[in-house]
Amino acid sequence: MEHTSQPRNALRELGVLFITLMLFWVMLVGTLATDTLLIGALVSLSVALLYRDGLSFFTEFRATPAAFVAGIRFYAYFFIKLAQSNLRLAAIVLSPDLPVNPGIVKVRTGLKSRMGRLMLANSITLTPGTLSVELDGEWLYVHCVTVGSLDTERATEEIAAGFERFLEVMYG
Amino acid sequence: MGAILDLIGALLLLAGTSFLLLGGLGLVRMPDIYNRIQAGTKATTLGTLLSLVGVGFLHPEWSLKLLLIGVFLLFTNPLSSQVLARAAHRTGTRKSPATVVDQLEDDLGERP
Repeated sequence: MEHTSQPRNALRELGVLFITLMLFWVMLVGTLATDTLLIGALVSLSVALLYRDGLSFFTEFRATPAAFVAGIRFYAYFFIKLAQSNLRLAAIVLSPDLPVNPGIVKVRTGLKSRMGRLMLANSITLTPGTLSVELDGEWLYVHCVTVGSLDTERATEEIAAGFERFLEVMYG
Repeated sequence: MGAILDLIGALLLLAGTSFLLLGGLGLVRMPDIYNRIQAGTKATTLGTLLSLVGVGFLHPEWSLKLLLIGVFLLFTNPLSSQVLARAAHRTGTRKSPATVVDQLEDDLGERP
């Protein structure tokens, strides 16, 4: 069940978590006054120290130009898929005979990083007819409203491959 | 200009709430817990996001906070759904008779 397969730099992760929390704080209060910044920094640092294993959006993110491009393309692809999944779901819900063919299939991911796997599982949950049920290392168990292929490799191709090619570049 | 923004905002809100309505309908119509979660997650995510963008058009000064809400929603919604689904599976919640396959069940059976 252990997810770590990459060497982790504790200090870098701490800094990344701190900066993410600070960013949220500044967005929330909407001011750059010294006292609010100070309070934010204090709280962010405490939280970052208390939750050292916490993930943030930039944990394990590869800060390369290619990763940023992949990130933008990932979100574009993701929102298209999210819209598609809603339309497909609407069609199923509105049709009188409720055409479902549900089941849980197994998918294998090639992603190694914790954040990459988390993003993949989340993306699968939000895309057409699929829902991540259980994660076990490189295995993902996915519930499908309409089951496609039962073969693990083909199911991976159908369900995960679209996101994996971007996440691979972003997180590895 | 303001009127056009208001119109776009109102239309987005309408689209968002329509998806939320469909999600609610899905909750009632779907046969078992997994399919219900599916209906619930996707519809609430897109529905709420569209509503947030709609509100952003009506009140541009709230944009940053709306963006923040959207980001939280985008990350917490699928997570909670996944945990619900996992809990349901672990406690052996009844699956729809229409279910064709459960490879998780099969794999768990093989382990000691």
